[in-house]
Amino acid sequence: MSVATEKETAAATSAESALSVRNLWKIFGPRADRIIGTPDAQLSRAELKAKTGCVAGVKDVSFEVAPGEVFVVMGLSGSGKSTLVRCLTRLIEPTAGSVLIDGIDVTTASDAQLRDLRRNRVSMVFQHFGLLPHRQVIDNIAYGLEIRGMKKKERRAKAEEVVSLVGLDGFSHSYPDQLSGGMQQRVGLARALAGDPSILLFDEPFSALDPLIRRDMQNEVIRLHRDLRKTMVFITHDLQEALKLGDRILIMRDGEIVQIGRPDEVVGAPVDDYVRDFVSEVPRSHVLTLKWVMREPRPDDSMDGPVMSCDTIVRQAAKAALASEHPVRVVEGDRVIGIVDDDAILRVVVAEEEAHQ
Amino acid sequence: MSATLTPPAAAPPTPDQPGRDGPGRSIASIPRWAWALGVVVLWVGIWALTKGTDTLALAGREHTDVQTSLGRFRDDVLAGRADNPVIQLTYDLGAWFTSVVDWLQRMLSVPDFPRPVPQVGWLGVTAVATWVGLAVAGWRIAVLVAASFVSFGVFGYWSEAIDLLIVTFVAVGVSVLIGMPLAVLVGTGNRAVNAVTNTVLDIFQTMPTFVYLLPIVLFFGIGAAGAVVCTLVYALPPIIRIAGHGIRNVSTTTIEATDSAGQTWWQRLTKVQLPMARKTIVVGLNQTIMAALSMATIASYVDGPGLGQPVLDALVKNDVGGAFVPGALIVVMAVMLDRSTTAASEYSEMAARGGLDLRLRRIVLAAAAVPVLVALHLSRTYPWAAELDDPGWTPKVADAVDGFFEWFTDTFRDATQAFKDLVSAVLLNPLQSLLSESPWWLAGGAILALAFVVGGLRAVAPTVVCLGGLLYFGLWHDAMVTLNMTLVGTVLVMLLAVVLGVAMARSRAVDVVLRPTLDAGQTIPPFVYLIPVLALFGPTRFTAIVAGVVYAAPVAIKLVADGVRAVSPSTIEAGRSTGSTRWQEIVKVQLPMARASLVLAANQGLLYVLAMAVIGGLVGAGALGYDVVLGFARSEEWGKGAAAGISIVLLGIMVDRIARAAAHRSGAPAAR
Repeated sequence: MSVATEKETAAATSAESALSVRNLWKIFGPRADRIIGTPDAQLSRAELKAKTGCVAGVKDVSFEVAPGEVFVVMGLSGSGKSTLVRCLTRLIEPTAGSVLIDGIDVTTASDAQLRDLRRNRVSMVFQHFGLLPHRQVIDNIAYGLEIRGMKKKERRAKAEEVVSLVGLDGFSHSYPDQLSGGMQQRVGLARALAGDPSILLFDEPFSALDPLIRRDMQNEVIRLHRDLRKTMVFITHDLQEALKLGDRILIMRDGEIVQIGRPDEVVGAPVDDYVRDFVSEVPRSHVLTLKWVMREPRPDDSMDGPVMSCDTIVRQAAKAALASEHPVRVVEGDRVIGIVDDDAILRVVVAEEEAHQ
Repeated sequence: MSATLTPPAAAPPTPDQPGRDGPGRSIASIPRWAWALGVVVLWVGIWALTKGTDTLALAGREHTDVQTSLGRFRDDVLAGRADNPVIQLTYDLGAWFTSVVDWLQRMLSVPDFPRPVPQVGWLGVTAVATWVGLAVAGWRIAVLVAASFVSFGVFGYWSEAIDLLIVTFVAVGVSVLIGMPLAVLVGTGNRAVNAVTNTVLDIFQTMPTFVYLLPIVLFFGIGAAGAVVCTLVYALPPIIRIAGHGIRNVSTTTIEATDSAGQTWWQRLTKVQLPMARKTIVVGLNQTIMAALSMATIASYVDGPGLGQPVLDALVKNDVGGAFVPGALIVVMAVMLDRSTTAASEYSEMAARGGLDLRLRRIVLAAAAVPVLVALHLSRTYPWAAELDDPGWTPKVADAVDGFFEWFTDTFRDATQAFKDLVSAVLLNPLQSLLSESPWWLAGGAILALAFVVGGLRAVAPTVVCLGGLLYFGLWHDAMVTLNMTLVGTVLVMLLAVVLGVAMARSRAVDVVLRPTLDAGQTIPPFVYLIPVLALFGPTRFTAIVAGVVYAAPVAIKLVADGVRAVSPSTIEAGRSTGSTRWQEIVKVQLPMARASLVLAANQGLLYVLAMAVIGGLVGAGALGYDVVLGFARSEEWGKGAAAGISIVLLGIMVDRIARAAAHRSGAPAAR
């Protein structure tokens, strides 16, 4: 998933955004709405709690998500990421700010409009699945269609299509508690997909699963995204997962945005020590692109080496680069913008080897 | 009434909390029991000097002004029947209930003039009930239902048994109609709603069954109307509380997940909350049915139709043999209702899970409907199917029972007498003279001081209010006598509960044997307990106490057993590894760690024994219970009876609040 460049330009103008969040606040506690706009709002979380008894869950968060983009929100527990994603469809009522989905202002929507939005445009997948234990898999998947008022035969047929899409063939008539955790989350995923929403929200969907199953499910999401091209907002506390899935990553701490950027930007240019510490264990060759390791072309550089796009990830370029006697020419479009020699490649790979010893 | 009591998890011993909550640990390091002992010693000292003065004893026919005005209030209500809209409304309601019950009776249990028999006779009713059992709970329950109905008939109590069922089910129906919306409100409402309903339900459940009768009869009249209203008021709290609890505890993730799909409030309620809480709601329904049955038997006291009447008639005549058969049939009915509702919930779960062949089930039910219709027709056409000939077993059984108890009491007279004398001499008499012969200010002050010692500041306000109320209503002396019976009964209950509870918790075999017995014991209406105890001890206060102990023991034993079992095995292991003996393990590890359960068990024990001490007024227990009974019997004593009823409620609230405060201090949840 690395069509990030054209998406970035798309994300710049909110009219074309699938999701646009502006100055979103959520403060828990009595008379929380009076705090915003006062100097108190600038206090740290602990100070605000001590002074007013309120807790700031989300502090002044703004971002745009382009159609078809996978946008990951990453943070440790308590960073406000789950609160943020719930504010997007008002499962938690935001204190201030606005959320636009497909140009519709969610924050001012009436109950009926909000229901319509939840039924038709946005679906969510939950960490603890949230399935209905008294219904078969097929009826869990069809739940969203059922509450829209769709007839039983029609909704079951529609749900059956999704069943095979998420690899649940043969389990339609099981009950949730007869399935493993991974399979249950497939039901959660199918339920979210059944209504054919334009945006999917994931709240730490794989945190409760075993590592191997988690990897399967991540690949499942990547496959679904490739096939269906849905906009996704993905919440996780796992950096590896964020780097693997995200076109862009938003790193949160104490309810605030620390950094927004593509995976290579977050790893290559962390904005502060917090992010730097976070990404220090990441194998850089897996994330950084040639852009991050190239140098300015010099007149004496050989023009015989292989040509590679600047978005190529270092690890993928390494074999060809090392095999060639000549340095790699890095291009953006038709223009050569830099040169990567063996040393540059080795610096990234070896540094990583050392970091892991 | 408490098969669903959840035992509190064993609380870790709380560290000394520096004193914001009463004396206990705060003043130096004098332990709480020493303070209590100090209060008692001081009390006994002053009692020795002032004994017999200011006891506020009220002779048989004396009334205080408050009691007289209560009596006047009743006269006003009765006089206002013609033009007071409130009373007209309640009487209309009562008349409506009466007509519903009356119609059902003519259908099922009494001759519908000009027919010499009811519309549907014995065979038809039994067949239909059996078919319903088959439909909702499977063939085993169908057999149980059939056997139960046949037993009602062959022992000659057919119409009484069906009347009792009618009153019970009319009341349950109305309870569900009123209770389920309230349960939804409790389950989905905010904290304020919960706090208010909880307080109201607490007070309702603290009230002994007997106390409901007086005011309800005043407003709704005696007979079927009063019986239905009493029963429904008593049966309402379980369904509200348990179903509300079930709805509130539906997984929040699931609610959130389904909300995120855009459901309406109504869709959330009907498609998510109610189905997911179904099991708990059925438990609530079961508890409501059992409560209704137990109240409907007691309602015979206000001329409510049903099996309670022959029991009551026999009890007041001290005729144990006569009370035995109807009492046993009440037990049969209780077991039948309990087993059917429990099995129905399992059965419907199985059906919903695809564990039953639904097509086969439909075929079986349709096939079974044919003989049922035939039986219905027969029972409307032929006298033999309409009315069962009484084979005359009941008098024989009564004689046999009388003979047995005669033999038993003759043989064990020394033992029962010795037990009675021992408890009287060691507990009952000393405590009674201390409580009831102390001047009111001394007893009241001592109770308040003890409340403060065991319950801390939290217990003081309710105790003051309740003691003040007892004084105001002018039955102080009787209240102290009733309190004495309650306390002695509770001590006996706790002795039993600790011994048997620890045994159950430590030995699987004991548990396997005892638990079903206790479960069965909890489903039996309290009224029935009086019968065998009366046979052993005759019409005395002692009968009421022992019946109360028998009534309260199952719940208390189970609470203690579950509390002791909940003590973490690793803690016990750690104790063992230091080489403690079995006795040390029980006394130093298990019991202290199960303290919260012990307190909760004592609380339940107190309320159950109090309820029984009051019903015991019927069989010579005297004091407040007798005042209530007398209030029913003679209209000029009505005011005093009402004052006694209120005093019972005040006593109940007082002991409940003190026990809860004590539980709170020892870290138990104030759950019931």
